[in-house]
Amino acid sequence: MLEVRDLTKRFGGFTAVSGVSFDLAEGEILGLIGPNGSGKSTTFNCLSGLYLPTSGNVRFQGRDIAGWSSSRVCHAGIARTFQIPRPFKNLTILENVAVSAYYGRARSVSRREAFVHAEEALAMVRLPVDPTLGIGGLGAAGLKKLELARALATGPKLLLADESLGGLDESEMDQAADMLQAIRRDKGITIIWVEHIMGVLMRVVDRVMVLDHGEVIASGTPAEVAAHPKVIEVYLGSDPTARQHAQA
Amino acid sequence: MQRDVIAPLVIAALVALAPFAGQTDYFIHILVQILLWGFIYTAWSLMGRFGLVSLGHGAFMGIGAYVTVLLWNFFELTPWIGMPIAVAAAVALAAIVGWPCVRLRIVGHYFALVTLALTAVVALSIVGLRDITGGSLGLTPNREAAGTSIYAFQFASKTVFLYVALVLWLIGLFVWRAVDRGMGRYALQAISSDEDASASVGINVGVEKIRIILLSAGLTALGGAVFGQYQMYINPETVSGIGVSLQIVFAVVAGGMFVQLGPTVGAAFTLILAETLRILIGNEYHAADTTIYGLMLVLFIIFMPKGILGAVFAGLERAKAKAA
Repeated sequence: MLEVRDLTKRFGGFTAVSGVSFDLAEGEILGLIGPNGSGKSTTFNCLSGLYLPTSGNVRFQGRDIAGWSSSRVCHAGIARTFQIPRPFKNLTILENVAVSAYYGRARSVSRREAFVHAEEALAMVRLPVDPTLGIGGLGAAGLKKLELARALATGPKLLLADESLGGLDESEMDQAADMLQAIRRDKGITIIWVEHIMGVLMRVVDRVMVLDHGEVIASGTPAEVAAHPKVIEVYLGSDPTARQHAQA
Repeated sequence: MQRDVIAPLVIAALVALAPFAGQTDYFIHILVQILLWGFIYTAWSLMGRFGLVSLGHGAFMGIGAYVTVLLWNFFELTPWIGMPIAVAAAVALAAIVGWPCVRLRIVGHYFALVTLALTAVVALSIVGLRDITGGSLGLTPNREAAGTSIYAFQFASKTVFLYVALVLWLIGLFVWRAVDRGMGRYALQAISSDEDASASVGINVGVEKIRIILLSAGLTALGGAVFGQYQMYINPETVSGIGVSLQIVFAVVAGGMFVQLGPTVGAAFTLILAETLRILIGNEYHAADTTIYGLMLVLFIIFMPKGILGAVFAGLERAKAKAA
């Protein structure tokens, strides 16, 4: 479904992502992990159209989408969430999701259908569909769910989930992980899930890819990657507290 | 029927009856002014309510007025054709200035500054091209012999203009309603909140923004054109220039830019305020009214950011919530 070849992104003299290549099959959940500053989010932003890749190819369902605008990428069927939630503050929860459903489907649905899609997406992430509720009452977990609902409402084939667990407590993390699993199971949506902590992610994903300094240093099943010496060295480091933290 | 249809129609019906109630020319004049400015303020608010604060609308209004009158004076082109050309010219200018702003993501204060420069350029051009435009002395459309001519869009009777202004004002309110009820409103609100996030859910940010900018600029030019025909005299100070741009913003902030009738309330409020000050203070203290304007603008922004009508509606909502 997705083929990424030699994806590279430079900011001036700094190479954030360097020659990243991977394939993604339909229905897969791929975990993308790595320490802070390893190039996960940059990879993500190149896939979603927020950044223009310096070089490399991104083929999605047979079309080269590298360099497409964010909105065009979305219309092609790739939705994303943001690491730090970026809700539309001046819209209600329902409107946030409805506007995504309407424009994410390139205005091919009616206003009424857009609101129906929005209600479905909100139900999927277990947020209230009360049309009068603003986003003011949402906490960290609620805002993460809203990000997810907005992305789902666009009717994606591929979901890019950026640090869906950041700022959540343990039970909320489990909930979020279950939600991503349910999204794949019920909607058949392929997922790339970025996280800088391994924890819950390892339980859910089919495959993991580890980035460090913009390069892929390991890739395979969660068990393979967790045992990979390079991963242990680079990602977990030799610091025992970091190792404990990652295993927790 | 909805409130945003009933309220404009009821007000329009009342205004339409004014001439039959034996009102003075002065009263009719004030009504025409409120309607014409109300239309222009509404046009401004179409984009202003989405955080696109333009100080360039003096330019669009000036182009609307000047292009129409110049085409008439030099080529005897009827305003019925001249006004659409003037509107097209303003829309073209809005596109030339607006598209780079949209592409380069010039927003907020920077957008206001770019548009302010636009106003200055247009006003200075009008003054500079004095052989054609009459410079700062202004310009009068060549009068048709009888004083009233549909072809020349000149009507000696203020009552006729009252109806012209009324139709224009209603058009403005219904355009507002169409924008307000469309999905485009959500898109523009989303854009004003976060452009990247908007693009990520499939909103074509550039297209949505430029559309509302062009619509707003075009309607403002139309308002300027009709205003020129009504006054039968235009000069760079009254229909273009930074003063006009600021006047628009002040009135809209005072009336409330987020509700349909807010800009009209702003027009009524500022015009009545100006007239009252003029009568009370007279012409002796020349800048007194502007000073008081400025002071009130500051007070409005601090204490009533939603404007008069916005604050009234918010108060009613609160009362309703308390009662329920």
